[in-house]
Amino acid sequence: MRAQSRGPAKRMLSTAKTMTFLQLIFYIFATVLVGASLMVITVRNPVRAALFLVLAFFSAACLWLTLEAEFLAITLVLVYVGAVMVLFLFVIMMLDVNIAQMRAGFARYLPLGLIVAVVMAGELTLVMLSGEFGLDHAPRPVGQAADYSNTRALGEVIYTDYVFAFELAALILLVAIIAAISLTLRRRPQTRTQSPQKQVRVRKQDRLRVVQMPTSQQDKP
Amino acid sequence: MTLASLNLWVIAPEILLSVVACLVLLIDLFLPADRRPGVGYPLALFALLGAAMASLMGLDNGSMTALNELVISDGVGAVLKAGTGIGTAGVLIYSREYARVRGLWRAEYLVLILFAVVGMMTMIGANHLLTLYVGLELLALCLYSMIGMQRDSVRAAEAAMKYFVLGALASGILLYGMSLLYGLTGSLSLAELASSSGSFAPTNLPLLTAVVLIVAGLLFKLGVVPFHMWVPDVYDGSATSTTLFLSSVPKLAAFAIMLRLLAYGLGDWVSAWQDMLAIAAVLSISVGNIVAIAQTSIKRMLGYSTISHMGFLLLGFLGGTAHGYSASLSYVVIYTVITLGAFGIILLLSKPQFESDALSDLKGLNHRRPGLAFLMLIVMFSLAGVPPTAGFFAKLLVLQAALENGFLWTVIVAVVMAVVGAFYYLRVVKLMYFDLPDQDDQVLSAPELDHVSTAARWVLTVNVLSLVLVVPWIGNLVDWLTRTLGTFGRL
Repeated sequence: MRAQSRGPAKRMLSTAKTMTFLQLIFYIFATVLVGASLMVITVRNPVRAALFLVLAFFSAACLWLTLEAEFLAITLVLVYVGAVMVLFLFVIMMLDVNIAQMRAGFARYLPLGLIVAVVMAGELTLVMLSGEFGLDHAPRPVGQAADYSNTRALGEVIYTDYVFAFELAALILLVAIIAAISLTLRRRPQTRTQSPQKQVRVRKQDRLRVVQMPTSQQDKP
Repeated sequence: MTLASLNLWVIAPEILLSVVACLVLLIDLFLPADRRPGVGYPLALFALLGAAMASLMGLDNGSMTALNELVISDGVGAVLKAGTGIGTAGVLIYSREYARVRGLWRAEYLVLILFAVVGMMTMIGANHLLTLYVGLELLALCLYSMIGMQRDSVRAAEAAMKYFVLGALASGILLYGMSLLYGLTGSLSLAELASSSGSFAPTNLPLLTAVVLIVAGLLFKLGVVPFHMWVPDVYDGSATSTTLFLSSVPKLAAFAIMLRLLAYGLGDWVSAWQDMLAIAAVLSISVGNIVAIAQTSIKRMLGYSTISHMGFLLLGFLGGTAHGYSASLSYVVIYTVITLGAFGIILLLSKPQFESDALSDLKGLNHRRPGLAFLMLIVMFSLAGVPPTAGFFAKLLVLQAALENGFLWTVIVAVVMAVVGAFYYLRVVKLMYFDLPDQDDQVLSAPELDHVSTAARWVLTVNVLSLVLVVPWIGNLVDWLTRTLGTFGRL
């Protein structure tokens, strides 16, 4: 099924007319990506900002698809959009974020921030226009063969060439777990919790008391 | 690729530390609450000293890469890794009682320290921008959470927040520079970066931008002016045991990544980064020494003192010569030993309800604890660079190296500022020896609680006295450190 779906795409790549179609797709998603990213930082409502971030992730995933990096694209949608951003939305809705308070210093720091932003943007524009990053230095990637598997290629690189960095990333995640738990776990003695261990070991005598009652007098004739 | 071709023994210290860290975490689960860190502490000490031994084994093996060229094992790496292991063992010994009294001495604290050491050793042995960055983040993440673990202190929370936000920003800037380098050279390997450098002119704009961003990120991690804002707040806000850790050993790793990135990877572009380092060095020696005069807290004062010392460290990098790098290496090693002693003394002076971190707490220390006062005297003389101590030779070497490379004005400013700095170091000596404690101070006049273990006293004594006793052999030490550097820099 992979090969079937890739076949037409492969043929499209080879002709000049469809190449412009790929370019069109790229520009559409790139515009959406940049626009959504801008909205993330300018929109007032944090829930909308999170939703725009979802849109940004989605457009980035589509850009990766055009590069034939299907695994990365699907992971981005599944992990970031599906799990991380949903949790993020939960957090935003549960915390009562005071937007007015967060924006208190905005006007005061705006001039300085603008200067830094303009300088950085100008510098990077000059860098990008300097000719070191043109198409002759980084040519357009050619399409892969039909039996090429992006997942397999990634797996081979991660588990052989970069296995050390991969293990270190695992250590970072472990440290993040330890840090998050030790920073937030607070044992309160008065909280009421269930102890399944005690629940299953309960005996009949602990809960049930057989009371001997004298029979009612009315029943007697 | 086979398992043997990975050369796994090169990262034996890291493997040992990671395994022991996980063990400490697991063992803690099965111990009763009152004996919790009891097993973890000797295990961690064993792992740290074992890792230091394992690193020293690779000292004479020459330079070789492992794990598909992601890591490198060479002389300077072996020395710095061993220093990291031994230094962190000292940190554990000093901070044990202090942290136990304050409820910080939990298995997580030990585990975070061990993982931070793994991060530092990865930075020290990095031969690839990827390992370098991942190691840096592992270290930083451990430090942020160690500061934040003191949850009842508002100042610790503020320090952790500041460090985290600014550290993340600096990491972003560093990454930006690295991504530009990748775009230019098409490789993340430091070896390829070093060999492809010939094809770029030193005035190449994208290259300059990348170097600026990388230098800014590195200077932030070192805590050098103008990227120093976090240093005093973080030093002052953290628990003293955490300050001891983050002020001492990570400087070795920071030196290592400066060496790997600037001296090795960007070694051919010395002219692109040496002026930036010169300005940062002059600024930080001046600002650090002048602002330190106005401090009333020892931790804050030592924070500003660190800023000035990191400026001195940069002096050795100017010119990019082998002589300069070896001067910087000696400086960072001696500085780490001094800092361990300085914060170790503050930790030994603290009491369960008393931090002993204000300058006035040192008044009349000679009458109360003559031994500790004498050790503090040596530490202060070393920090100031007074001749019979190792601190003097460290300063002399970097100043000499900068002078040889023609940075005359930088050296003049540095020397003048070192004299200014001597004022506040000697003020500590005056407070200890010539002032009397305030009579009405209940805490100071209360009897000393002997809660510090004998091991901590002995290690501290050896640590501080070594600063003086090493002086007759300081030439041999510097020669040895220079030999481990091997082929770094131009001769």
